[in-house]
Amino acid sequence: MAKKQISIWQEIVKGLWRENPVLATLLGLCPTLAVTNTAVNGLAMGLATSFVLLSSSLFISILRHFIPHQVRIASYIVIIAAFVTVADRFLAGFFPVISQSLGPYVPLIVVNCLILGRQEAFSSKNKIGRSLLDGIGMGLGFSLVLIALGMVRELLGSGSIFGITLLGEWFEPWMVMILPPGAFLTLGFFIAIANWINDRRATA
Amino acid sequence: MTQHTSGSGKMVLVLTLIAALSGAILAAWDSYTAPKITYHREQALLVAISQVLPAHDSTRTVVRNGQTFYEAFAGDSLVGVGFQALGNGFQGQIRMMLGMTPDLESITGLEILEQVETPGLGTKIVHDPSQRSEPEWFTNQFNGLLPRPELTVIKNATPTHSNEIQAITGATISSQAVVRILNQQIESARQAFRTGSGVVHG
Repeated sequence: MAKKQISIWQEIVKGLWRENPVLATLLGLCPTLAVTNTAVNGLAMGLATSFVLLSSSLFISILRHFIPHQVRIASYIVIIAAFVTVADRFLAGFFPVISQSLGPYVPLIVVNCLILGRQEAFSSKNKIGRSLLDGIGMGLGFSLVLIALGMVRELLGSGSIFGITLLGEWFEPWMVMILPPGAFLTLGFFIAIANWINDRRATA
Repeated sequence: MTQHTSGSGKMVLVLTLIAALSGAILAAWDSYTAPKITYHREQALLVAISQVLPAHDSTRTVVRNGQTFYEAFAGDSLVGVGFQALGNGFQGQIRMMLGMTPDLESITGLEILEQVETPGLGTKIVHDPSQRSEPEWFTNQFNGLLPRPELTVIKNATPTHSNEIQAITGATISSQAVVRILNQQIESARQAFRTGSGVVHG
């Protein structure tokens, strides 16, 4: 590849802000919207997705010269599905409560376009080390936004964060925040704030 | 990067190898996690049994007419009978553990084991965060009820009869689903328990 490569540090950091999967490229919004009604759910979904992303990136990067171009998507999906099932069984076996509250959204990581997107756009074209760094950055960026969303929604919708009650009896929970509309509202504000910060930086 | 096309032989080979490898990883992982998953499910069941039945010091599992009952004993006397009730809720299956007196006339407790109701509305059948002093008020109100002739749901009023429960505001369908499932299952459990000869398991 003739293109000049960015530094190793940049490879990780780009996933946190500039190419953040949720705030910048708007990938993987289904779990982002669906399970962030509590901070714990956001954390669990973020970690499960990161695990699948990292493992798939590693394998697909290793196999990138062996997989024929015509069947690459099929191969990626089989590998991704295998790791998703590993993550699903892990949660069910070790964290049954979290597994129950995430419900069908863990198996649905298979169709998270963030993961397939990174394989097609990055791991299938880059060396193993770079692919891992990319996976770490993207996974971290995804997880942080999901945790932040979960914290805001849980605080306003249930008066607590990570299950710890913070707001007293006087607080009437905004039920809408833990329902689907609350996910859209909160995510909308997050993206608006991110764009506002980017605009200010660009004009400064 | 050059995108060379490959023969179908290579495509079949690579895809087969990837699928086989994935299958092998999953088979190994499943044999490791399956006992743990079963263990957690059984633990949840045991906890639910002990919560829905009156104070007891031993339990045993009995199958009568194909239905599983959990009998609770205090000393030698039977003090309660528990069984699972399963049916469709608003969005998916609701699985519950119901405890009753040995004559299956009065309810001693109810626990929801599994549900996929609407978060924030239907999930109040398990936990209602707006009722800080008693978040499990919905299941608690079943304690001591007499399902004769059957349980009924009332809206926006305090129950006055011993077979009435109050619906959750905003989750009437979930409330009614719980009661409908219980009515059906109590009826069939009464028949199975009273007529069938029991096979004791452990």
